[in-house]
Amino acid sequence: MTTTTTGTTNGTTTARGSVGTAHTRVEGRDKVTGAARYAGEIPFAGLAHGWLALSTVTRGRVRSVETAPVLGMPGVLTVLHHENAPRLDSDYVGLLGVPPDPSAALFQHDRVPHRGWPVALVVAETSEQAREAAEALVVHYEQEPHDVAFSAGRPDAYPVDGHMPAVAEKGDLESALATSTVVVDAEYTTPEEHHNPMEPHAATAHWDGGRLEVVDSNQGTTWVAGDLAKLFSLDPASVRVRSEHVGGGFGSKGIRAHQVAAVMAATVLQRPVRVVMTRRQMFSLAGYRSPTTQRVRLGADAQGRLRALEHRCLNITSTVREFVEPGAAPARVMYDADAHHTANRVVRLDVPTPTWMRAPGEAPGSFALEAALDELAEKCGIDPIELRARNEPERGPVSGLPFSSRNLLTCFREGARRFGWADRDPRPGLRRDGRWLLGTGTAAASFPAGAGPSTAGLTAEPDGTFTVRIAASDIGTGARTALTLVAADALGVAPDRVRVRIGDSDFGPAMIAGGSMGTRSWSWAVTIAADELRERLALGADIPPAGITVRSDTTEAIGALAKKERHSFGAQFAEVAVDVTTGEVRVRRMLGIFAAGRVVNPLTARSQFLGGMIWGISMALHEEAVRDPASGGHVGADLAGYHVATHADVPLIEADWIDDPDPDDPVGIKGIGEIGIVGAAAAIANAVWHATGVRHRSLPIRPDRVLSAGTGAAHA
Amino acid sequence: MAPAPSPTHSAVTLNVNGEKYTLTVDHRTTLLDALRERLDLTGTKKGCDQGQCGACTVLLDGRRAVSCLHLAVAAEGREITTIEGVADGERLHPVQQAFLDFDGYQCGYCTPGQICSAIAVIEEHAAGWPSAVTDDVGPEAGPAPLTADEIRERMSGNLCRCGAYVSIVQAVARAAAVQAETGEAAEAVA
Repeated sequence: MTTTTTGTTNGTTTARGSVGTAHTRVEGRDKVTGAARYAGEIPFAGLAHGWLALSTVTRGRVRSVETAPVLGMPGVLTVLHHENAPRLDSDYVGLLGVPPDPSAALFQHDRVPHRGWPVALVVAETSEQAREAAEALVVHYEQEPHDVAFSAGRPDAYPVDGHMPAVAEKGDLESALATSTVVVDAEYTTPEEHHNPMEPHAATAHWDGGRLEVVDSNQGTTWVAGDLAKLFSLDPASVRVRSEHVGGGFGSKGIRAHQVAAVMAATVLQRPVRVVMTRRQMFSLAGYRSPTTQRVRLGADAQGRLRALEHRCLNITSTVREFVEPGAAPARVMYDADAHHTANRVVRLDVPTPTWMRAPGEAPGSFALEAALDELAEKCGIDPIELRARNEPERGPVSGLPFSSRNLLTCFREGARRFGWADRDPRPGLRRDGRWLLGTGTAAASFPAGAGPSTAGLTAEPDGTFTVRIAASDIGTGARTALTLVAADALGVAPDRVRVRIGDSDFGPAMIAGGSMGTRSWSWAVTIAADELRERLALGADIPPAGITVRSDTTEAIGALAKKERHSFGAQFAEVAVDVTTGEVRVRRMLGIFAAGRVVNPLTARSQFLGGMIWGISMALHEEAVRDPASGGHVGADLAGYHVATHADVPLIEADWIDDPDPDDPVGIKGIGEIGIVGAAAAIANAVWHATGVRHRSLPIRPDRVLSAGTGAAHA
Repeated sequence: MAPAPSPTHSAVTLNVNGEKYTLTVDHRTTLLDALRERLDLTGTKKGCDQGQCGACTVLLDGRRAVSCLHLAVAAEGREITTIEGVADGERLHPVQQAFLDFDGYQCGYCTPGQICSAIAVIEEHAAGWPSAVTDDVGPEAGPAPLTADEIRERMSGNLCRCGAYVSIVQAVARAAAVQAETGEAAEAVA
């Protein structure tokens, strides 16, 4: 299924066969037997249960919280709210360069900036008591008119930089469009989407000998520990966060209201307190991907070479924090043009603050851009893959920097061969299988390949084994197993001699599981530590009973990386069947071919790529959180109302990769967590056009949209 | 702290994985919470607490059930099997082994529910139960083969947000084949 890379590295290590070979997960047995304990499952003596009460108005002020009746209910220990909660300091910038989510700065004022804002925490002896009391708690509000209406025409939209400049412009766009032979001008929309990891956010906090201990479900223990120390003005060394097993994250599991609530209550009551979000609460407390409206204008010559490219993306943010979903980002990497304009803008509404969600920017942005490319291919009469080949840039279209590696066309060629693309008739609406119209589509994918500074500890034990300690987080990525393989190769030993311990902030600062950077960042730190340990052991020193431990820190090495365009790339292919009389769209097969760095563990990497592609199916056809403009809240904020792809929606899909080691990474890794979703929805939408002759520019492609769109004029 | 029976609490004996547990539970306590909070059987997961995700799937008298929608007091007298009870000692159940081998999971949180569901799916299919995608459900038709589409349809009550569906379907098919070969189909469903 895959190539085994023997490694282009900096010469510090050579592959010894574990990296690149399929290994089942080291914690796999615990996961299939139920022995793996997640955050809400560690027993504590004297545990109390907290239940958050959320605002039932969308904008206004809390006038009063009627605590007395609730305090008289059985088992209730306390009610925390803005008048009695410990004070927090939320005026800081955290590990990832952003302030904490506003909803994590619990109970500091009486303002309600959106529906589902946390207004109180009820703590009781049992979860049943806490829940009933929280639901019985009466909160009086001073209600104000709200605005949650999102549309492309908002006059109050404005550009926001985020992690990249909001606006990048070169060339004269209008004149380049005016002199182009072929022009595409289209608007695309994507809906509000929610991470919905299967494990709800859960934290248990307690004080132990002057130290705050928090067992939590998160994507980075040092990240959360650092935020808790800052919020509660504690010495960072006095906060320990552990997160052994994490039931999915996808960007939603950073510092959130549940941890802060648990710490507040544990501090007030001086006993362990657990706070778990309900599935419904997650819809307003756990972050989400903003809806977007995007306008793409492409101008090309008769041969399909781009002369003008404009991609403008608009997203929503809250009134209390700017968050930008940079949908225009992919255009800055993928295609060049004489006139190249991109912009990310936001509009502030009375809604919760959005956050990173799997492939932030790239997921919605690639839908619009790659669908527009397909429209251009149609108008030019050029095969969509050939169109992309004609527009391969030599350097970063906006940065002018060289690419560290760019194997996009290799992915397309390999994918086209395996998918059977060469036989495709480009005309839409021609293929039929009973009640189904059939079509195929393709799209390109890209995602930045980055690394964040990390530290690791590596111990040579007297019994000949090795222990890695790193504050990594395995949110389902297989990081624990990948690090075992990386350490084994770096040490030149078999993986069964390596024990990897993760998910503990006491192991020192480390990158989070996010941005497709986790495994790469941690592997780098482990590799450096292993190199040093091997040197120490080569001197023939006896190993004392406590072992020999070395520590590494990659801050300097990562800081020394030359500035380049560093990305993973991929080609997505989809075949769909559309029944225009019921509106049903079924994905029949998908293939993704990726150039995403060296693959550490083919077994788990395949799972991750496939998972991303399934997110693409879900994004294309199912997911949509609907906000009611009258109430300002969601309609159907649960897994019955918010559809994610399930077994029956997912056919046999395939993911594979080409040899693409990163030349500047000690292990050759680029990162694979996100690229699987990028372009996947566009490939499906392009296939729906090929099946029906109708462009669906708004996601998800719901049955009602298919029904009302029909099959287009040519085939009506 | 074990509360005494009262107008809001009752003593109940739960038969879980072949062991009897007698405890006093709040009448509001779901079977899921009783397993997790009172019996420390945390393998059964809480994904939504309202019967929409399947993470809390257990076997009740051999049939799959979402334990978040059952009250503990109503589970007395039932044979309850959780993920902790499906292996034969150290030897994994064929479904567990197949999930491990095929990487039929990522974060692992939906996994116990998927496995409990899959065990029942294989038995339901072996017992001749049709599904919504079974072509011929006539009395003469006989059991349909357990195709990938049959597995997908029958497993669709168990959500996996990581998107491990492709491997899960392969794992269930392999486990069904292994069980058919070894005649290890366990107790058939009623």
